[in-house]
Amino acid sequence: MRTTWAGVVLVASMALAGCRIESKEEFAGVPAAARATRLPDRLELGVAATPASIASIDIDANPAGAGLPAGEGTHAQGIPIYAQKCASCHGAKGEGLATYPKLVSADTLAGFPFGKDASIPKTVGNYWPYATTVYDYVHRTMPFTAPGSLTPNETYALVAWLLAENRIVPMTAVMNASTLPKVQMPARRHFVIDDRTGGQPFR
Amino acid sequence: MNDSEKAELPESPMSRRRALGVAAGLVGGAVLTGTTLDAKTQVPTARVPGAMPAGGAAVVSAPAAPLPVAPPDASMIPGIASGPLSTRSPFEMPALTPVGITTGSSLTPLQHIAGTITPSDLHFQRHHNGIAVIDPHRYALTVHGLVDRPLVFSLEQLKRFPAMTRTCFVECSGNGRSAFRAPKREMTPQQVDGLTSNSEWTGVSVAALLKEAGVQRGATWVLAEGGDAARLSRSVPMDKMLDDAFIAYAQNGEPLRMPNGYPARLLLPGYEGNMCVKWIRRLEAIDQPNMSRDETAKYTDPLANGTARQFSFTMDAKSIITSPAYPTRLMGPGWWPVTGLAWTGRGRIERVDVSTDGGRTWTEAELSNPVLSRAHTRFEHMWKWDGRPAQLMSRAIDETGYVQPTLQTYRDTRGAGTDYHFNAIRTWLVEQDGSVYFGG
Repeated sequence: MRTTWAGVVLVASMALAGCRIESKEEFAGVPAAARATRLPDRLELGVAATPASIASIDIDANPAGAGLPAGEGTHAQGIPIYAQKCASCHGAKGEGLATYPKLVSADTLAGFPFGKDASIPKTVGNYWPYATTVYDYVHRTMPFTAPGSLTPNETYALVAWLLAENRIVPMTAVMNASTLPKVQMPARRHFVIDDRTGGQPFR
Repeated sequence: MNDSEKAELPESPMSRRRALGVAAGLVGGAVLTGTTLDAKTQVPTARVPGAMPAGGAAVVSAPAAPLPVAPPDASMIPGIASGPLSTRSPFEMPALTPVGITTGSSLTPLQHIAGTITPSDLHFQRHHNGIAVIDPHRYALTVHGLVDRPLVFSLEQLKRFPAMTRTCFVECSGNGRSAFRAPKREMTPQQVDGLTSNSEWTGVSVAALLKEAGVQRGATWVLAEGGDAARLSRSVPMDKMLDDAFIAYAQNGEPLRMPNGYPARLLLPGYEGNMCVKWIRRLEAIDQPNMSRDETAKYTDPLANGTARQFSFTMDAKSIITSPAYPTRLMGPGWWPVTGLAWTGRGRIERVDVSTDGGRTWTEAELSNPVLSRAHTRFEHMWKWDGRPAQLMSRAIDETGYVQPTLQTYRDTRGAGTDYHFNAIRTWLVEQDGSVYFGG
């Protein structure tokens, strides 16, 4: 942080073409970042966030399993929930309807061919690199007309349904905060970190 | 036309206005015929008592598209009185398209933008589950996670920090997808590349907020999450957050427009629009990327070599000629300005070259001052058209030496199935009769 603020000050100073800030009167026209250097480290704005207020919005789950709540579900438990809350948009088997995306592709695709052919639907099974993302996204956004309304058990059951239909986990698999982060997604090994840097060559 | 239609016509405001327009010497009638004015945004002649007293009353209840009417000589008659908000001239009808979208995009009419600033009501929109309606008095931004003091900021408190104002573009990283996947001759600049807009934003630096909360060691990313029905979430590198990220509460001198994130949004100059989370409700300092859906299943770039590029945050240099472009028609040979916009997420635009012969020869275009970092930059090249078919192209070069690639290079390098960051050189085909079409 200290380094960063120093950097801001340096840049601001350069912008002032060497002008030294001696008094408040000279602050007129000085960038806010430079003025801020005369301020204390903290302005003591904001109020303390309570654990309860944080918990009410801290809904994410990450690949290490952090954020996954207690609860569990299976493919069998997911069947009626999917039929009731998901199938009207995504189709009875997750095949997708109209503009609503396909969720299931049980066939293995050789060579991760998405870059060559945009017409291949990207699904949980063939493109999603992390299983925890399925929990995070379903719980966060679905069903579309009532986002955030699924209980943890319902969400785990739907995740189990999606992963089993995509043949990532067995039909009998129980999904919970312990098992889900261990699920290996076949697409993951195909993901690479951005290597574009500006300049040449074009990547 | 049947009798009942005949009978209704004389009653219709439309025909009354037409009649008045003809009698009064309609200005701009030719170009406006057949167009539709929104009932709320039109300038009804009811507000022009001095100019058109008779026509006005009828127009207010007009169910169909009225035509604007101007007096034959505005200098010979008192003008209209001021109102609480100014409206566009009824002769100007820029519009986002398509509309009625809750999950999807509405594009900026780039061909109607002059200079570099996008009027706020024409800023492109991309929603993932509708436009959130948020009461500013109940708005809260929570900063938590790996921090010493988890804090909640109200909008008023955000405004008590030193304000920063900067101009930058926001571009959806899917901008240009239809032009790449399914190019059509009848595509406008709006349809080709309208998912980019440029505004002057005002807000508070994220660094200041994080400093207030006290970031702990090991916090290398920050999860940004929106308070809309998509609860859109993206992981942002801590370096970017401490560098130039800011929470904007104003856009072009006024509070954010609702579709652009009112009352507050994240802005990451130069990064893809999806990361600039609208309706921002929390920032969580974390020790690894969250791998949210929009940084894994979406907003990753499948490549021809069987990989998918992840965390491709920066928008590379790009440009598009916005005039002449479809559906413009050059009315004859002679001097024509070839103008457009260029931008790069890696700093400043260094140069824009224009070709009128399909890329065989290039001429450096003029850049309008000032050229701002990570902002739309206006270029213009005066071209003497000889009346023969031509191919217009623009090529942006940024301060890193990056050169906007040709379509061929782009396709060969990325693959036909790539999904984001479509920044290849665009071509407009000028035909002998002056018609201009999109050429890919």
